[in-house]
Amino acid sequence: MSQDRILMSHGAGGLKTYQLIKEIFHKHFANPILTRELDAGLFPGTPGRWAMTTDSFVVKPLFFPGGDIGKLSVCGTVNDLAVSGAKPLYLTSSFILEEGLPLIDLEKIVASMAHTAREAGVQIVAGDTKVVEKGSGDGVFITTTGLGLVPGEIDYSPQHIQPGDKVIISGPLGQHGLTIMAARGNLPVTSSLVSDCACLHELLNPLHSPEIRCMRDPTRGGLATTLNELALQSGLGILLEEGAIPRDPAVEGLADLLGLDSLYLANEGKAVVIASPQAAPRVLAQLRNHPLGRQTSLIGEVTGEAAGQVLLQTDLGTKRVLRMPAGELLPRIC
Amino acid sequence: MPKEVKTVPDLIKRIKEKVRPVRFMEVCGTHTMAIAKYGLREILPPEIELLSGPGCPVCVTSQGDIDLALELAARPGVTLFTFGDMLRVPGASGSLESVRAQGAKVHILYSPLDCLQYAINHPQEEIVFLGVGFETTAPTVAVAIEQALAHKVNNFSVLSFHKRVVPALQALVSGGNTAIDGFLLPGHVSSILGREPYEFLAREYNKACVITGFTAEDILLGLLMLLSQVENKSYRVEIQYKRGVNPEGNPQALAYLAKYFTPVETTWRGLGPIPESGLGLNEAYKDFDAFRRFSLQLGRKEIPTACSCGEILKGLKRPEDCLLFANQCTPLEPVGPCMVSSEGSCAASYHYRR
Repeated sequence: MSQDRILMSHGAGGLKTYQLIKEIFHKHFANPILTRELDAGLFPGTPGRWAMTTDSFVVKPLFFPGGDIGKLSVCGTVNDLAVSGAKPLYLTSSFILEEGLPLIDLEKIVASMAHTAREAGVQIVAGDTKVVEKGSGDGVFITTTGLGLVPGEIDYSPQHIQPGDKVIISGPLGQHGLTIMAARGNLPVTSSLVSDCACLHELLNPLHSPEIRCMRDPTRGGLATTLNELALQSGLGILLEEGAIPRDPAVEGLADLLGLDSLYLANEGKAVVIASPQAAPRVLAQLRNHPLGRQTSLIGEVTGEAAGQVLLQTDLGTKRVLRMPAGELLPRIC
Repeated sequence: MPKEVKTVPDLIKRIKEKVRPVRFMEVCGTHTMAIAKYGLREILPPEIELLSGPGCPVCVTSQGDIDLALELAARPGVTLFTFGDMLRVPGASGSLESVRAQGAKVHILYSPLDCLQYAINHPQEEIVFLGVGFETTAPTVAVAIEQALAHKVNNFSVLSFHKRVVPALQALVSGGNTAIDGFLLPGHVSSILGREPYEFLAREYNKACVITGFTAEDILLGLLMLLSQVENKSYRVEIQYKRGVNPEGNPQALAYLAKYFTPVETTWRGLGPIPESGLGLNEAYKDFDAFRRFSLQLGRKEIPTACSCGEILKGLKRPEDCLLFANQCTPLEPVGPCMVSSEGSCAASYHYRR
């Protein structure tokens, strides 16, 4: 590449577009399906049910401790497949590039995507690139679509949740959300936070059993929002035990200072598993046995009371409601 | 106070032994949130009624002041920096969030010092910091002005709506408000002010007073100390939050306040205008005063709503008594600022009610 920034001509469909695709995207994403350069990726048919999902990524800054927008765009979609019970197989990626983006940054992002996809065992089989004028974007926006295969007996759904089921979380909360806030550089503290951004299918796929009712990855809105959704969708209540929720001291200290609650902060490498009481001990042991699930904890259970609500039993024995958040998380004044 | 009483069950037991029908006001929004978060009302005897006072800076910012900020933010060339809570507070014609969507430049920050670097990097823009808060926040604004002077930053100013806690408490009690038996006084503000400014509450108005910290144990111990004062009719200002508050306050912060600010009359939402209850910029720093820099006029008309924020802030009503509560007024579509701020008494009641 002779130019060191994205130009409008990179999106014009001519030679520069072709160069960009060959020299950055194909170079890093290389696989037999992609390199045939067809208008659609063709891959072998497999018996079973397909799971398909899509997600857009607009994170600022593009690079942050623990990851970057490229890694995030793979993990986010892989995780949506994984919590649906699917083994992730294929991704497509669509890039909106802002004019002026340094090519070196784009290549770093693409290389990071390729690395993450390779580690996860998924292939990026199709893609697209568009360039928008400077000021019309924010560096890079990425949309990924994922395709995965669901084993025959698996059917995770909030409809299967029953009173008495256990609520399990795979680790402490809020690391991604607070890391991003801190990485934006306007927090009054220097922090040692690292995003938890990670692909979860190797953690979650081995759990497969009908005794698992449902799984979710608590991203935007955090654990509180995810559990509220499950309570509404299942028509049941959820009672959490405050003292059982695993905490990252670095997150809690800073969140406390800012008046934020880690239960509402985003995660990118955590899963909530709702399992039958019989399966819960096995699920706990299996998750804790994986590096991404060392701090897995049983944090509460599903109840027939308080339908549609999430209650938190505090350390003092009192109960309060954890509600859906109203809007973006805003730090307080004093 | 007995030192051996430390745990929550112990404290509750002692409180139950001493309890009588009382109404205590927690002045500070952080106390309001902590009481709701720990679910303390559930374990306290029903004889103790806790009221939320005027100690959430967002809640007491008047509609007229918000409108002024909206007008300024919409001016070409102006970039307004604000703490996050203020973003959704409704004025008569929208909120900072809605003018931002219409193209106004509004940024969230965590410290007033953050906008100085922005001002240096954007010399063609007028950078205005929306100064909302009590004596805890104002000293950091003073430091920002000091830094702006030192670095000759000429495109930075402060729209100061800062408020002083003590004149508001004076206004609450001097109106013959007998609904309140005592005050849980704010831990953070008191770490700046110290004990002396509150003494009149005990001396002249027979109100029990305890400067209190923010853990469940702190708050329960504060309540126990208030009950003891009421029981013995020995009204004074005690400090429960000794690890955070020196009796004489923070002399350095007080010196900054005295040097950069001067007490001015200001309007509190719900309480109306209170003499000397605001902090305006001193004459010597008028170049940094957004009111003068942009020739802004205070005292615009407020459009009345059915919102009961005023009576709630005075301790005369509870959030649930307001006609709008949880109907027309919710965190998603707040009418009054007590519902907007995470520390507002209405938001606390809404989020943690069952």
